Amino acid sequence: MSVNEAVGTVPASEVIEEAPDRRRKQLSEGARAERRLGWALCAPAVIVMIAVTAYPVGYAIWLSLERYNLELPQDIKFVGFSNYAAVLSSPYWWQALKVTAIITVISVAVSLVLGMLLAMVMHRTLFGRGTVRTAALIPYGIVTVAAAYGWQYAWTPSQGYLSAAFNNSAPLTSEYKAIGVIILAEIWKTTPFIGLLLLAGLSLVPEDLQKAAKVDGASAWQRFIKITLPLMKPAILVALLFRTLDSFRIFDNIFILTGGNNGTGSLSILGYDNLFNALNLGIGSAISILIFICVVVIAFMFIKGFGTAAPGTDIGKR
Amino acid sequence: MADIVLDQITKRYPDGALAVDKISMDIADGEFVILVGPSGCGKSTTLNMIAGLEDISEGELRIGGKVVNNKSPKDRDVAMVFQSYALYPHMTVRQNMGFALKLAKTPQAVIDEKVTEAARILDLTQHLDRKPANLSGGQRQRVAMGRAIVRDPAVFLMDEPLSNLDAKLRVQMRTEVSRIQRRLGTTMVYVTHDQTEAMTLGDRVAVMRSGRLLQVGTPQELYESPLNLFVAGFIGSPSMNFLPATAEDGKLRTPLGDIPLSDALRQALERSDASRDLIVGIRPENFEDASLVSADARREGITFRATIDVRESMGSDVYVYFATELGNSLAAAELQELAQDSGRADTGATGDTLVARLDAASRLQEGEDAELWLDARLVHVFEPGSGKNLALGASPAASPVS
Amino acid sequence: MATAATTSRQKVGWGTANLVVVALAMIPVLWMVSLSFKTPAAILDPSYFPSQWTWGNYSSILSTSQFIRPLVNSIGIGLISTFIAVLLACMAAYAVARLRFPGKSLLIGMALLIAMFPAISLVTPMFNIERSLGLFNTWPGLIIPYVAFGLPLGIYTLSAFFREIPWELEKAAKVDGATPFQAFVKVIAPLAAPGMVTTAILVFLACWNEFLFAISFTSTLASRTAPASMAYFSGGSVFTVPTGPIAAAAVVITIPIIVFVLFFQRRIIAGLTSGAVKG
Repeated sequence: MSVNEAVGTVPASEVIEEAPDRRRKQLSEGARAERRLGWALCAPAVIVMIAVTAYPVGYAIWLSLERYNLELPQDIKFVGFSNYAAVLSSPYWWQALKVTAIITVISVAVSLVLGMLLAMVMHRTLFGRGTVRTAALIPYGIVTVAAAYGWQYAWTPSQGYLSAAFNNSAPLTSEYKAIGVIILAEIWKTTPFIGLLLLAGLSLVPEDLQKAAKVDGASAWQRFIKITLPLMKPAILVALLFRTLDSFRIFDNIFILTGGNNGTGSLSILGYDNLFNALNLGIGSAISILIFICVVVIAFMFIKGFGTAAPGTDIGKR
Repeated sequence: MADIVLDQITKRYPDGALAVDKISMDIADGEFVILVGPSGCGKSTTLNMIAGLEDISEGELRIGGKVVNNKSPKDRDVAMVFQSYALYPHMTVRQNMGFALKLAKTPQAVIDEKVTEAARILDLTQHLDRKPANLSGGQRQRVAMGRAIVRDPAVFLMDEPLSNLDAKLRVQMRTEVSRIQRRLGTTMVYVTHDQTEAMTLGDRVAVMRSGRLLQVGTPQELYESPLNLFVAGFIGSPSMNFLPATAEDGKLRTPLGDIPLSDALRQALERSDASRDLIVGIRPENFEDASLVSADARREGITFRATIDVRESMGSDVYVYFATELGNSLAAAELQELAQDSGRADTGATGDTLVARLDAASRLQEGEDAELWLDARLVHVFEPGSGKNLALGASPAASPVS
Repeated sequence: MATAATTSRQKVGWGTANLVVVALAMIPVLWMVSLSFKTPAAILDPSYFPSQWTWGNYSSILSTSQFIRPLVNSIGIGLISTFIAVLLACMAAYAVARLRFPGKSLLIGMALLIAMFPAISLVTPMFNIERSLGLFNTWPGLIIPYVAFGLPLGIYTLSAFFREIPWELEKAAKVDGATPFQAFVKVIAPLAAPGMVTTAILVFLACWNEFLFAISFTSTLASRTAPASMAYFSGGSVFTVPTGPIAAAAVVITIPIIVFVLFFQRRIIAGLTSGAVKG
């Protein structure tokens, strides 16, 4: 109930602006019922979302300021920012950040290009369109962990067909090759999603524009660069934002493929290891908060780049 | 059955925009009133406020003598037909028509009876068990009407109910709506942007513009005695021609020639101490091919020469379009706005093209330098700033908005 | 002649592209299937197809609660989470799409934020919270976060569906005498049913796929889900990797999803794109 009220009073700027008492009186029975219904309908969702995210993050901020090791439950003490100092001065954090950034940038860039190609194939293909779409949905639908095992065995020497095809190599045991395999697995899994999003964007580009450009003498490549891409910008930006943030929290593939060994651990792996191997809640919480800040920064940069095209901004208007 | 009283009804949106500005109107029990105006004039907002779908910011709304400002739609006993018909796609025609009664917990037998009766009136009996998707546009429209009829409400509200139909069906349904309203005798408020629909349907027509009610009256009153420039230009098709004019020496000096002022008009001009710059309005039918006008009649007007641009033969009459030199019109701004508002910038309401509706016997040809006659008795004179019709003192039928 | 030649060349070109797409999508999947049929001896043979076929891997995982129990957990937790998330999302999405009330933009912002939320940031604090509330290693311990993360997806997808339903239908319902709640239940909800199915599919896929929470908030078979259980499979001895059983388990948890995806293909595509592109 308190959440319900909080949601009601915090952003009620329009009410406050013009004499709240008078306006409240003027609201007809219908408008009041509408408000009440609005709050009542949103309340459960809001409560769950706050309970599972806002509250734990707040709690994590508190924990991150404490020395709190599960193995030493008596030794809990407020230590200020020293957990952050410990994390930020640790090479593990920077290594994990580097790995995460490499994986994110490469996998998003490559899967964006491949996704575009896939979208073109799905959009333009003359026959077998259904088959292609179905095939493309399989990597999307498959459980990441299951696919990751497939990749792992495929690259295991004397077991896997891919390893055998590349001279019985063992890429998962060396840092950069392993990261390459992880990126490959990511790309395979996520390209269809991007392809489908871009396909939706592509189908919003009017066929007549393409025809007009053709009549105007534009080549296929010029049509793509000058007509298709600009019109698809919103779809591309949405796909980029969601994929980037999704890729930034990469966990499943690394956990299965390398377990984070050989310097292949991402930030998520670092946070997980810290909790379950070091059992250090203070440090773990500091890592959580730092990752959260990274994500907020990325999202902020994207949304600034989006301008008004940010997802969700037009919901209120309509 | 109920009367509706709108008393200073105002709609102001939270951002401060004024959609409807102090509208007052009495609608008698059983009356058929049309709200007409260009898009964005507030007519649909007004209708929605009567229905209870939008809040009334200020003013009082009474239906059947009871103040209903704060009542939700279901407690107002109104039925509404929407532009898109808003038929429930997942229900059959029968369920659509019975939905309101079902919500009101009417016994099933009564619902069946009323639905059957309404379906019979609207010729929908054989479609009762079909879904809206399987109906034609006209049938859907009738289902929407049926949904309103079965409820036997105090008031029917119609929001552009015919504008999604093709031209022919629209004319047909117009008669149908009129017939049903007369048969049921239920008070009806009908919103349209189409002045022809307004003129042919309503007992009374209310013309709105920019949230304000400009004039309420019978179609004839609006046509003959428009209170202002906007109503004059909006009502009538083709619409009224407007020309700049100046009053000098008891005459109106216009690009077509000097028009003698009647005494009444002269007095009205003096009373209103209007500036000498005026706008003259002439209905297309007040022109005539001079060669068809008797010598007696000629004296009641003036003749002038003009080159015919376009001739359109309509069978019963002939429309001719001709140009005049307007000079740099004093009233250009006012006229332009009017043209934009009424969406007929290109039909002769403004610009230097005038339209005349001549007798079918006229033999004027395109490109001909023709002599035309204009009936000076029927000229309207407007004040440019306020748009007020100064000639109204002369005509007794005026019914200004109180 | 010339045009005929280009179109047939185009046909070949697109046909090849199609084949490449299908092959790239299928090869890793078929590899898993192939592995799952290999005998323990054949596992050490890197050829793509098994030289000897066996059902042994399947019978071994399907005869042990090590896998059956997690499968039941996955199904149960997935279904319950989906049901709750769609129900709550449906209510909130309707309010977002249709009703005017202060606080709406806050709700939309919050949903967007959660859609982008790094799950790992929750693992440490949630782990401690769940332990103290006794939710650790229970079904609700996973259902609650799954619902929370399913909600943004659900709210976005469903509000896109709700917005497609014409406004006038609700106005008509109101004039017909329906309360806002009746308008929702009798008019809007039936029309949004396809949207709800789509949303349910997407949310269920997400729950079924989830791994980080599943290994962090569970410790025994009581609540461990199928993907998490695979990490705990053990071979015959410490030194044998249980490749065959893991492959079989991967196939078992993948097959229903593939069937599901094929069956609801159209809806999944519609849902994915309506939520993301238009929303």
